[in-house]
Amino acid sequence: MKLDSLIPAPLRKPAKPGAGNGAKKDAAPADLKAAPPERPSDAKRLTDRAVEAPVDVLAWVDQRTAASGFLTGMLYRKVPKGTNWFYTLGSATLFAFIVQAVTGVFLAMFYTPSTTQAYASIAHINNDVFLGAFVHGMHKWGSSVMVIMIFLHMGRTFFFGAYKYPRELNWVIGVVLLILTMTMAFTGYLLPFDQRSFWASVVGININGTGPVVGPYLSDFLRAGPELGATTLSRFYAIHMLLLPGAIIALIGAHMYLVVKLGTTSPPWVRAEKPKPAKPATQLDAGTDGNGASPS
Amino acid sequence: MSDEADKQNGAEAAARPERPEAQPPGYFEGESMTRRRAFTVAAQGLGGIAGAAIILPAVGFAVAPIFHRGKERWEGVGPVSDFVEDTYRQVVFTETEGIGDAGKTTAYVRKGSELFDEDPASIVAVSNRCVHLGCPVRFVEAAGNFICPCHGGVYDVQGKRIGGPPVRPLDQFQTRIRNGQVEVGPRYSVTSQLEPVRARDPGEFTGGIWEYLYPPRPSTFPPPS
Repeated sequence: MKLDSLIPAPLRKPAKPGAGNGAKKDAAPADLKAAPPERPSDAKRLTDRAVEAPVDVLAWVDQRTAASGFLTGMLYRKVPKGTNWFYTLGSATLFAFIVQAVTGVFLAMFYTPSTTQAYASIAHINNDVFLGAFVHGMHKWGSSVMVIMIFLHMGRTFFFGAYKYPRELNWVIGVVLLILTMTMAFTGYLLPFDQRSFWASVVGININGTGPVVGPYLSDFLRAGPELGATTLSRFYAIHMLLLPGAIIALIGAHMYLVVKLGTTSPPWVRAEKPKPAKPATQLDAGTDGNGASPS
Repeated sequence: MSDEADKQNGAEAAARPERPEAQPPGYFEGESMTRRRAFTVAAQGLGGIAGAAIILPAVGFAVAPIFHRGKERWEGVGPVSDFVEDTYRQVVFTETEGIGDAGKTTAYVRKGSELFDEDPASIVAVSNRCVHLGCPVRFVEAAGNFICPCHGGVYDVQGKRIGGPPVRPLDQFQTRIRNGQVEVGPRYSVTSQLEPVRARDPGEFTGGIWEYLYPPRPSTFPPPS
């Protein structure tokens, strides 16, 4: 309970209704009757202040934002019976996205989105920059992790029936997030500008082009012209690091708002508890089915 | 004080000038909307105009390349005597400027053949871009075929598809002879009968109804007539 005292009162887990300790009220007067406490030492008072300082800061923020009500509601919300490890796949996807965002920011510090320098800047990151290969590797492999996690999360939602009323909108938002994630993976693939990423992007853009009527124009839009060129790379870079992350962050916010607002579902194998029959009825009908006959 | 009296601010009810009942309520005579509604519409309209002023140029900026056609580019690839009519010679030239080697492309060039070309004096330049998904094809002289390494597309010596997933014959480049030099120019696509049409991306059919399902793009050059 020592840790509990560090949490500011508004953030503490609310006591269960009716669980208040009635005896405590009487305890206060008893304390008053006791001998006055000794004046604490300066050192003790300093440590007390030091312990209270962060609490005071949090309380100051809370008084001006009233965030604690929202936070306690969100952090201590009820989860249904049967919640298990499969329910962590969404958080895993979110974590993968955060890893991509953080490593991406640091990669952008060394990367040059120019056709003549992109490959060299990636080689510089991998070969010369301290921990560069590690950060680049996290971003590169992390993209696969995010795609895998988002599909597992989608599968969990589907097989647990968690997309049904009233959570259909969250399914739709999730599908948009899936498309954005795939677009993210597609646009990021070109950025190293080596042979593999160049030809993979050529093939990917051409697949986009096979859509009837709009396909050819979509390819031209993606390439910024009839051939893959210098502007294609900067276009993909802008989509990859400016347009899509903003859209993904906004939609993740909406996705999580609905998760907290609507709550999660039980796994399909958890049965709803049968309502208990009312007590008087059991006593009255004990041994009969209400028509005077004995239950078979 | 009653509510009714309060509304009149202490003035005598009888002293107020007679005003016609607003019909419908909240509207004065000759008005088609309330003041509140007029201001709401005006504020939202101004906001919309301000938003459009930002978004429309930005979107136009992003989609403009669809409607932009670059400068026509011709590049010499060697004297006419370099090319024969019974096999191809591989030439490399720049198709997209400004991106170094990535902007180069390969064509297989030969002289027109009396066997199957309308104009034997012409020069035929076949693009090495597979029309399935854009991989580079290779001319295998022993077989007389173009073969794609990615998904097994096979084309005959004229570039017509004879196997695998490609959807039309290989693209070609316009050619001309200037001062004894063979020059290759803009890319164009062909139908299954080798009739020239505007350049299409790989994976797109040509000819017939496909000319409408895969419309020609403004960024490409008209085919040779």
